Amino acid sequence: MLRFLVVRTLTGLFVLWVISVAVFVLFFVAPSNVAHTLAGRQATPETIALINHRLGLDRPLWRQYLDFLTNALHGDLGYDYYHQQPVTTIIGQAFPITFSLAIGAAIIWLVLGVYNGVVSATHPRSLRDRSLTVTSLVFYSMPSFVLGLGALYFLYYKLTLSGHTWFPAGGYAPLSEGIGPWTRHLILPWLTIALVSAATYTRLSRASMLDVLGEDYIRTAEAKGLGQRRVTYRHALRSALTPVVTQFGIDLGQLVGGVVITEQIFSLPGLGKTAVNAITQQDLPVIIGIVLVASTAVVLANILVDLCYAFLDPRVRLT
Amino acid sequence: MSDPLLVADHVTKTFTARRRASRGGSQVVRAVDDVSLAIEPGETLGLVGETGCGKSTLARCVARLYPLTGGTVRFDGHDISTLSGRRLRPFRREMQVIFQDPYGSLNPRRRVGSIIGDGLAIHHVADGSARREQVQHLMEVVGLNPEHYNRFPADFSGGQRQRIGIARALALRPKLIICDEPVSALDVSIQAQVINLLLDLQSDFRLTYLFITHDLSVVRHVSSRIAVMYLGRIVETGTVDELFANSRHPYTRALLSAVPPADPDAADSREPVVLPGDLPSSVNPPSGCPFHPRCPRRQADCELAMPPLDPVYDDGPDHLTACLHPLRAGEDLSGATSDGAA
Amino acid sequence: MTIRVREAPDRRVEPPAPDVVGRGPWELAWRRLRADKVAMGSLVVIVLMVLVAVFAPVFAHVTGHPPNMQYHREGLTPDGLPRPPNSTFVLGTDDLGRDILVRIAYGARISLGVGVLATMLTVVVGVVLGLLAGFLRGVVDLVIARLIDVVLSIPFLLVAIALVSVSGPGLTITILVIGMFSWASMARIVRGQVLFLREREFVEAARSLGASDLRIMFVDVLPNVLAPVIVYTTLLIPVVIIVQATLSFLGLGLPAPAADWGGMISEAQNYYTVAWWFVLFPSLALLITTIAFNLLGDGVRDAVDPRIGRLVRPR
Repeated sequence: MLRFLVVRTLTGLFVLWVISVAVFVLFFVAPSNVAHTLAGRQATPETIALINHRLGLDRPLWRQYLDFLTNALHGDLGYDYYHQQPVTTIIGQAFPITFSLAIGAAIIWLVLGVYNGVVSATHPRSLRDRSLTVTSLVFYSMPSFVLGLGALYFLYYKLTLSGHTWFPAGGYAPLSEGIGPWTRHLILPWLTIALVSAATYTRLSRASMLDVLGEDYIRTAEAKGLGQRRVTYRHALRSALTPVVTQFGIDLGQLVGGVVITEQIFSLPGLGKTAVNAITQQDLPVIIGIVLVASTAVVLANILVDLCYAFLDPRVRLT
Repeated sequence: MSDPLLVADHVTKTFTARRRASRGGSQVVRAVDDVSLAIEPGETLGLVGETGCGKSTLARCVARLYPLTGGTVRFDGHDISTLSGRRLRPFRREMQVIFQDPYGSLNPRRRVGSIIGDGLAIHHVADGSARREQVQHLMEVVGLNPEHYNRFPADFSGGQRQRIGIARALALRPKLIICDEPVSALDVSIQAQVINLLLDLQSDFRLTYLFITHDLSVVRHVSSRIAVMYLGRIVETGTVDELFANSRHPYTRALLSAVPPADPDAADSREPVVLPGDLPSSVNPPSGCPFHPRCPRRQADCELAMPPLDPVYDDGPDHLTACLHPLRAGEDLSGATSDGAA
Repeated sequence: MTIRVREAPDRRVEPPAPDVVGRGPWELAWRRLRADKVAMGSLVVIVLMVLVAVFAPVFAHVTGHPPNMQYHREGLTPDGLPRPPNSTFVLGTDDLGRDILVRIAYGARISLGVGVLATMLTVVVGVVLGLLAGFLRGVVDLVIARLIDVVLSIPFLLVAIALVSVSGPGLTITILVIGMFSWASMARIVRGQVLFLREREFVEAARSLGASDLRIMFVDVLPNVLAPVIVYTTLLIPVVIIVQATLSFLGLGLPAPAADWGGMISEAQNYYTVAWWFVLFPSLALLITTIAFNLLGDGVRDAVDPRIGRLVRPR
């Protein structure tokens, strides 16, 4: 167990290191215009050289990377090129937004997906099963920007036109302003992410539930005279959830760096939108910082999934 | 006597089993331990022993499907034990394998014709219609309908699949065929057909067989000589008649006593001997003679040293036994001599 | 016609035996797929979409509207807004007075082209690396397995956006970036299968015949991993189409005048309150294509029935 954690942490760190090198190289291979952008249109070569020097961009690449690495190991991800704000502060401001977005969406899609999957599995080939499968497939096929724009059109624009200002067009209200405004601002983004993702869970829990329902111990439970509902939710669902938990952990990890589009459409200044802005400005420290945070989330989620797996299924041993 | 076709000299094969993290370290399994044997051209050497005694591993070492841990294998006078890749290929032509599992040994995604003709393609023996003609001829030889050239293995029964495997092994006209339990996965009613086919092919194509089985009635039927294997070692070798009439090693005797007699009414039909215990693990083999924990004749010195494989009593050079206290002619395992009773 | 007797095949006299062709696993899967009405319907839709893409110039010719031609008078209202669907512009016009129908037809070329090419790249890289890792084991496996871990841990969309913005948008870079990040799941699936297959006796049989590693990998092992590969491939195409559209939506598609669905929707998002057709029709084209591929993928999976891994898509 301890050995497992140590090994996984070390491989995780290795993965993060490779990613940091890759991102670093990627942005330095491309010609940088940061100094030009900062200095403005009429900049003399001297000004540009000065700016480059101040940002440390005139030093050799390996030197810059080494500095970055030592600082990063001390919890310092550097400063952004434009406002000299610490990257950790920028990430600290954006993270709660992405986190709120991810957690809410994840809960909605989990409940929706698993419930639909169970209903489909307990009534296989029924009209309900078929329509649920088709509906979730349609949402799954939808690019999130299409779904997001649709949600804005019908649930913001049309509703507001008809005098019901239920949802805002975008933006974020922190939880400190109260749970009402927070929810109101997040509900459309939540739905956008959840509906697009729920299909995977419907499909997964349906398949795994169908497998489990065919097992002998479920038949035994039924033969004992237990109610259908009790058999389904108490006995079958528990073991059917294992693959769902795996997928859930992986998805949640991916979500930290994966909600770019939804944040963009609903003007939520989370990690995704911040990263896209940084990318257009070639603000390297911010990009690396966010990419590393997002990768860390994936690595952590993978370790957690394996741990959960061992708890859910006693047959699994960690090595 | 001509030179042996195949000589295995002190062949050893160990596997390293990685243990769970909690136990730490790794364990070495000696699957084949210092085995020497020779196969003469045209003969059938039967290799018998319980499941797990290392017969199949030995076969795969001899066929160079596994790298050897120690020892040498000489085929037709050439040392092939360290050859690999391209340099080994000419010898692969001469030495073919028929596998135990008629389901696992045929690629389910390839047509029967291309499975049988695979060797012809690999060694560029025949291409196109010439290959097809040869393959269809082979199918007839092994008793398959050549029209089924384009079918998939799934369309055939177990016995037919084993015939496909035989045709594949035969395609390159090898000198030696290693039969690794070729009939043990088949129905009893089919076993005889396949064995008779193998015997017919042996005389038609002057084949040499290394015939591996745990079925002693089969081995008695097909072999000219027998080697008995126990826990990675050969404990006794000799001609079929010699071994069935006059086995020296207690293990051989116990094994043979389980064979139903050819004539059920014969007076000398022995009581089967039941050995106590199971085959020990080859991770921690017993000290000395590996058989001593189960041996009804064990004595104190059996635990000390591994007995050499040598002729015992008045046996000729062809009958070798690795036992410190071998059985005498007529003596049975309980220690009583039938001579004395008579 | 001679009646062949099975017991007496005399090859010198008999004419060549008529072929008895066994129905292989692929043929059986194809038969199951053909019986699946939903999957066949989706296939028809996909074929139609391909035809639209191939014959996009015909749309331009028949309507008389080249894809990038701006009709400032007929195509825009006096206020300069897009015109709704009418007899001249069947699906309406966009903010620059261009014909949406013609642009959707041209956009199909990009969506399907990128979808197919990037998927092919993914499949080739993923299958080859998975095959090498699983079959050769050892150092090769170690390196490839770590590489898979790295790629699967990278926040794909972020880095894709970064890469495309650094190198400047274009078709080649889009395909390369998608291929670079999608092969890992495929490689992982193939590697897992190969690890299991390489222990099968038919691989030993091939080796005992003298087959080289390369031949065993591609002739003996590869056909046995094709089933999950094909399923994964059909399900990957719609994901790739969505990724491409997403990049275009973020302004990282083809440079300005080119018509592609994601870009059209991006241009339309500022007009969704006044010109519903502008956003609706490109979205529908995109949606119909991805739904058709997903339904076909489901059908293919049912027909060959392996268990497959997950797909990561942008949200």
